Amino acid sequence: MASIDVPLKDGGFGSTRRTDNWWLEPLLIFLGYALFLGYSNYAVFTPMCGPTQPCYEVPGTNYLSPMYSPLLFTSAPSWWPGFIPFSAAMLILWAPAGFRFTCYYYRGAYYKGFWADPLSCAVGEPGFRGKNYRGERKFPLIMQNIHRYFLYLAIVFIVLLTWDAWRALWFPVAGGGEVFGIGLGTLIMIGNPILLGLYAFGCHSFRHLIGGRKDVMSGSSVTKSCYDCVSHLNKNHMKWAWISMFYVGGVDLYIRLCAAGTITDLRIL
Amino acid sequence: MASATFRIWRGERGAGKFVDYTTEFEEGMVVLDMVHKIQANSANDMAVRWNCKAGKCGSCSAEINGKPKLMCMTRLNQLDLTQPVTVEPMKTFPHVKDLVTDVSWNYRVKKKIQKFTPRPADAADGTWRMQQADVDRPQEFRKCIECFLCQDVCHVLRDHDKHDEFIGPRFLIYTAQLEMHPLDTGDRLKALKDDFNIGYCNITKCCTKVCPEEIKITDNAIIPLKERIVDEYYDPLGKLFKMFK
Ligand code: SF4
Ligand code: SF4
Ligand code: FES
Ligand code: FES
Repeated sequence: MASIDVPLKDGGFGSTRRTDNWWLEPLLIFLGYALFLGYSNYAVFTPMCGPTQPCYEVPGTNYLSPMYSPLLFTSAPSWWPGFIPFSAAMLILWAPAGFRFTCYYYRGAYYKGFWADPLSCAVGEPGFRGKNYRGERKFPLIMQNIHRYFLYLAIVFIVLLTWDAWRALWFPVAGGGEVFGIGLGTLIMIGNPILLGLYAFGCHSFRHLIGGRKDVMSGSSVTKSCYDCVSHLNKNHMKWAWISMFYVGGVDLYIRLCAAGTITDLRIL
Repeated sequence: MASATFRIWRGERGAGKFVDYTTEFEEGMVVLDMVHKIQANSANDMAVRWNCKAGKCGSCSAEINGKPKLMCMTRLNQLDLTQPVTVEPMKTFPHVKDLVTDVSWNYRVKKKIQKFTPRPADAADGTWRMQQADVDRPQEFRKCIECFLCQDVCHVLRDHDKHDEFIGPRFLIYTAQLEMHPLDTGDRLKALKDDFNIGYCNITKCCTKVCPEEIKITDNAIIPLKERIVDEYYDPLGKLFKMFK
């Protein structure tokens, strides 16, 4: 009988007796978010694809990048501080970004992937936090409780993006006016509010507001069915969070490539 | 017959070491079987707690290859037997001997939570009426077998030692079970926020991952409770809206 001397509880950073690939999940989360953050910074700070051609619009169409929607200003308003490079995306992107940042799923994921709190289940944490851990009990993370306000904004954004998808069905014609049509870009843009809806309507705050806050739901069949439907989406919340996030990036990329003339939008109808 | 090495933590009151035992096994055996076999053949004095061997009493919690699990529900074919399999006691509770820990802290925590407080009976014979649809939620939490694996893995207790301030996932689902019950009239939200410190939970879901009853602890109990607390303490617009309703 061989024996090995180890303390029962060592707890140093990364220490664990787990033998599976426990580091894979936090690593993928880290890389996934880093990729998206990197791309969205690029997209926000690269508004122009030619001297007069913005990257968020495609000539000959009504396509608009979701990262720039709603397009409030096309150039810097007079009150914009000169030392900050202007991008129309900055005026609106804080809302969807705040929604995702305060989302219960994202919180749990980035606390692991970015802050190692914990790095992974039953894996030792960096020692410096120790007993000083505050969690979401105190400032700053207590602010995560405003999530439902971002949800309200996100619902407004779904309406705006639905409007954008509708606009993408109309193509300007040379003499003025517009004709109905469908391009590959149109189809891509229609997918956007749908996926965002699948994500946002599976939100935990939405699940609470729609019925979860009540102890008795059986009295109203509408409440009960809405709650069950939201609960169903909620089970897949993580999946829709990732898909809808990368999809938004993908739509921006498609429009950007069309705007730059790298690819030409395929006109189907 | 094939054999496998089990690396079991032996010792008392936190002091001890891993000891390797190589033993033959048969198909269909679980880790608890191996521990019993080792106990019978080569380590008569090894302490291990168990009772039902059916995943229902919650006694045989341990950490197998570093993962909090029930020994009686972990079949050998789920493990890589080419390497020694480590079996150790839970880390979050005071150690007693070998695989046994003192989980009595959990019972003390439970006493602090306001008990089920039903409304007056609905019928003259002292009974109540309620709909199945409304007790579906509390019933999910009643599946809990109090194995305390979720308490063991929760980093608030495991890494941050907040036993004095935080009640842990097991008792958050217990509170949710009472709070969501259609007959209950108690209000535990203030206690949840200020005494049980639900805010320490950062929804990282390790509790959900280890629960042998597959209770969706974080999604179905903790987050809904956090949302109820938002209603009460962090949603001024919602409060205003209710005032005018
Ligand atoms: S989700 Fe919360 S209660 Fe569950 S293990 Fe993580 S921090 Fe602990
Ligand atoms: S909630 Fe699950 S893991 Fe926690 S004590 Fe109950 S059965 Fe065990
Ligand atoms: S919880 Fe994820 S969007 Fe609200
Ligand atoms: S012995 Fe009862 S749960 Fe394992």
